[in-house]
Amino acid sequence: MNTSMSWIKAYVPELNVTPQEYTDAMTLSGTKVEGYEVLDADLEKIVVGKIIKIERHPDADKLVVCQVQVDEEGTVLQIVTGAPNVKEGDVVPVVLDGGRVACGHDGKRVPGGEKIKKGKLRGVESNGMLCSVEELGSSKEMYPDAPENGIYIFSDNPAYDGIKLGSNAAEVLGLHDVVFEYEVTSNRVDCFGVIGIAREAAATFGKPFCPPAVKETGNEEKASDYISVEIKDTKLCRRYVGRVVKNIKIEPSPLWMQRRLAANGIRPINNIVDITNYVMEEYSQPMHAYDLDQISGRKIVVRRAEDGEKFQTLDGQIREMDSSVLMICDADKAVGIAGIMGGENSKITDNVKTMLFEAACFDGTNIRISAKKLGLRTDASAKFEKGLDPNTALEAMNRACQLIEELGAGEVVGGCVDVYPEKTGSRRVKFSAEKANRLLGTDIPKETMIGYFKKIELGYDEATDEVIVPSFRQDILCQADLAEEVARFYGYDNIPTTLPTGEATLGTIPFKLRIEELARNTVEKFGFSEAMTYSFESPKVFDKLGIAENDSVRQAITISNPLGEDYSIMRTLPLNGMLTSLSANYNRRNKNVRLYELANVYLSKELPLTGLPDERVQLTLGMYGDGDFFDLKGVIEEFLERAGLKKSVSYDPKAGKTFLHPGRQANLYYDGVWIGYMGELHPAVADIYGIGDRAYVAALDMPEIVARAGFDVKYTGIAKYPVITRDISMLVKKEILAGQLEGIIRKNGGKLLESCHLFDIYEGNQIQDGYKSMAYSITFRAKDRTLEDKEVNEIMQKIIKALSAEGIELRQ
Amino acid sequence: MKEKLQEIKEEALRQIEASDRLEKLNEIKVAFLGKKGDLTNLMKSLKEAAPEERPKLGQLINDTRTAIEEILSEKKEAFEKAMREAKLSAETIDVTLPAKRSPMGHRHPNTIVLEEVERIFSGMGYEVVEGPEVEYDYYNFEALNIPANHPAKDEQDTFYITGDILLRTQTSSTQVHEMEKGKLPIRMIAPGRVYRSDEVDATHSPCFHQIEGLVIDKNITFADLKGTLAEFAKQLFGEDTKVKFRPHHFPFTEPSAEVDVSCFKCKGKGCRFCKGSGWIEILGCGMVHPRVLEMSGIDPEKYTGFAFGVGLERITLLKYEIDDMRLLYENDIRFLKQF
Repeated sequence: MNTSMSWIKAYVPELNVTPQEYTDAMTLSGTKVEGYEVLDADLEKIVVGKIIKIERHPDADKLVVCQVQVDEEGTVLQIVTGAPNVKEGDVVPVVLDGGRVACGHDGKRVPGGEKIKKGKLRGVESNGMLCSVEELGSSKEMYPDAPENGIYIFSDNPAYDGIKLGSNAAEVLGLHDVVFEYEVTSNRVDCFGVIGIAREAAATFGKPFCPPAVKETGNEEKASDYISVEIKDTKLCRRYVGRVVKNIKIEPSPLWMQRRLAANGIRPINNIVDITNYVMEEYSQPMHAYDLDQISGRKIVVRRAEDGEKFQTLDGQIREMDSSVLMICDADKAVGIAGIMGGENSKITDNVKTMLFEAACFDGTNIRISAKKLGLRTDASAKFEKGLDPNTALEAMNRACQLIEELGAGEVVGGCVDVYPEKTGSRRVKFSAEKANRLLGTDIPKETMIGYFKKIELGYDEATDEVIVPSFRQDILCQADLAEEVARFYGYDNIPTTLPTGEATLGTIPFKLRIEELARNTVEKFGFSEAMTYSFESPKVFDKLGIAENDSVRQAITISNPLGEDYSIMRTLPLNGMLTSLSANYNRRNKNVRLYELANVYLSKELPLTGLPDERVQLTLGMYGDGDFFDLKGVIEEFLERAGLKKSVSYDPKAGKTFLHPGRQANLYYDGVWIGYMGELHPAVADIYGIGDRAYVAALDMPEIVARAGFDVKYTGIAKYPVITRDISMLVKKEILAGQLEGIIRKNGGKLLESCHLFDIYEGNQIQDGYKSMAYSITFRAKDRTLEDKEVNEIMQKIIKALSAEGIELRQ
Repeated sequence: MKEKLQEIKEEALRQIEASDRLEKLNEIKVAFLGKKGDLTNLMKSLKEAAPEERPKLGQLINDTRTAIEEILSEKKEAFEKAMREAKLSAETIDVTLPAKRSPMGHRHPNTIVLEEVERIFSGMGYEVVEGPEVEYDYYNFEALNIPANHPAKDEQDTFYITGDILLRTQTSSTQVHEMEKGKLPIRMIAPGRVYRSDEVDATHSPCFHQIEGLVIDKNITFADLKGTLAEFAKQLFGEDTKVKFRPHHFPFTEPSAEVDVSCFKCKGKGCRFCKGSGWIEILGCGMVHPRVLEMSGIDPEKYTGFAFGVGLERITLLKYEIDDMRLLYENDIRFLKQF
């Protein structure tokens, strides 16, 4: 929503503030001003001048030398121009030496304006410049009387008759004004019109509010003799007001109207269209004009469209309707889509004689949905969809007819046809000043509050303690809404600042989040930095990762209106985001990259979704560069141990992950429960993602880890007695895993076994094919005494025997 | 005998004085004080002296021995000191050579800010809670006073899964879950991911984070809301931060406000960063709408409350002066390393 300062001042005549003061105060009272433009900020020393004489330039075919009178006293300046459209006697805008214009000849805005200095053009002195509207920062769109290319000529428009030479041309052109842009919130339908904003401005600055006085209009005839109206769907059309204007004389609207419309960004067209737009801007009430001679049966019927009904709108397009769309029809055909756009068949042409003016109130939601469905959002539909006040319709209609008369655009027929089945009146809302103060934390006297209400036309019934809310304030429904009115006029900044009192509460962080924080701290210690990736991705991800067609992870939740296929499913695997991030780093030649992410996967119980899915946080780790599988494994174990998962994790190499190296992957189990997987990225997948290095990834299912985590630690005494260490070197079949071997050692080592640690592993020379050599250092310790060799020897014998039973022999 | 002792002593001192390394001192020690050394030999020869002179001579020999030992020990210490110094001097390193580091990873800037926000509010007694991202329409809209066909539903460009299941557009949905638990008073913040159908660009992302705050108790006022958020802004942006509340509209709060903080770059003077206004918008807030309380089973006659919602990315971008939101989701290590 935009308004010019001059239009606001028309209704708040005593308003006298700078644009910045206006911006600040309006914003603080709830009408947010997003910004403003001083139209003549870059215009300086621009006057109205008259071309007295034009001569050819002696040295240039395309230039002429003008003698221009720039004041009433008769001062004449010589100005050279290249403009083709000027002739002697023309009155034009002239920028004098030392002045500024907003744009260059190319119509491009020059920041701060372009300075004009006197000088010589091809040897002939020139003391200024004649201006086009483009150079003044506007366009032909906003000045329909401006020539296509060339200098703006006042004297071509009789409306400028009597204009004084030397007067400020910017002012004459209506450019001595400020245009404000507002962010109007959806609840304040009334503020989508100039009158609503002016009302707020008057209340904000404590000045009298003088809205246009709408007079009675019309001749002796009766509109009802010209037209009848029937509303078939009173839910979708709450009110329909029609009036008739005959003997229409189409011509340009007056300059003041053109300028106000242009300031609001609306192109002036002709008197009838401009009046319609003007009233829409003033009252936020869209209006439509039909050529009454094209309305058959002199009858308007408001009904829903037939499914599949085709209709040509006045932009010439043929559109297909369905039964949810509301149509304006005559006795035998549709003539407009209600609230959105009129029809080609009944539009106003230059030859119109009699017209039907429509001001109606349509259901906002229906208009919004229809406009969306038809892909046709118009200025009118944008207003209607906010849900207008049906009481405005008649007032706006009468205002329009008043303007018709004032502008001499036609003869208004007396009376109106007003179908308004269910009247909306003012509303009564219970009010308690004490409650308002209690909600706000203030101590504002009741009288002050009622004073605020009065400024914005809210009445007060002392007897019932009720505020009487006019129908244009559809947003005020309860005590809290009234408290807001009090607050914004009292000033949000005047409300005290306190801290809540009352029962003390504990600022707790849930256990889950504490484990997540621990995960962050731990993996960061190992050089992993935190990544964030989107929760949705492309269904093609499954193919990229080589996921089997029947794998349940393909059962992803699909977004019905995604931004595109690439963002269309909720991820069931956390890897794609990680691999994409690793790839981006690899492509940018970043070395040794380690990333992690803590984010959800979304697992559906059934599709289509009938309940909410299982959102499971995954700790995803990814790395390339320095480090290998076992480095990653170490990071995971460190985290698990710190999270209180102190038992050892078992690794099953048969993880069956298609996207991982078949010989370098593992499922992780803790206490028999699957908690995640890890491995080296399959080279084929690395190729697809464009990662040209060995990459390692892991995904841990945090809910399973959180369920087993804990910070409970019990101190165990620090060993006082010495250890006995035995090293053994074994010849082991290649397929036997270190994990199995350690299992045997631990199982047979009993309570005295303190640790067993692999210190050498070797294949190759001196070792027969299919075997590897593994050497362990095994330590024993008793808590309560010094161990004797004899005891340890017995245990070692037991271990060796058990190993031997698995075909594992000591190396000699 | 005396002369002899004097000679030995002088000879020992001369040799000690002349010695140039530790080994030499040992040789001297052996030669004079050792089992076969001069003094030992002299001691042995005491037997030949007159018995009444023996104690005196013995004393003299011992004195000489002590004197030589002392000097030897002094000399030894001097040698050792010199050697240590020489060693240390040889071990001098260039302290300006590069450090050996095993670099730690870095938290995402969003997380750093979020943890800071959590720290501030848990200090004020707020519990951190979480809610589902895939959510029922009811919790995201209806229970927040945004009924079916409300224009706000369009404005927020919701991603739908089914007719009544969607990706939450705001963490405000968590308010409703918390209120429904029926435990009062409530002081909570709820961080999390939210989704809106915005194309990716420098200032938009279809997936981003919000932090919702909710306080419900008896006698909670708009003044409390102002005080709480002023305190929050001071702790987050610095003690001299000013806060401005502007009236606004949200369906689930009344009165509602948008909050600006004084630009922390120019301290409110106006700069490019704050587009010359001196203020930067950081969040939306308001008093919980009585309809919202009612719908979640809380009596608005007895209880009042306030709520606020902060866009995490917005704060992150502002705080670290990051000019493009896309950087937050690219995960370029050169970006992440800076935090």
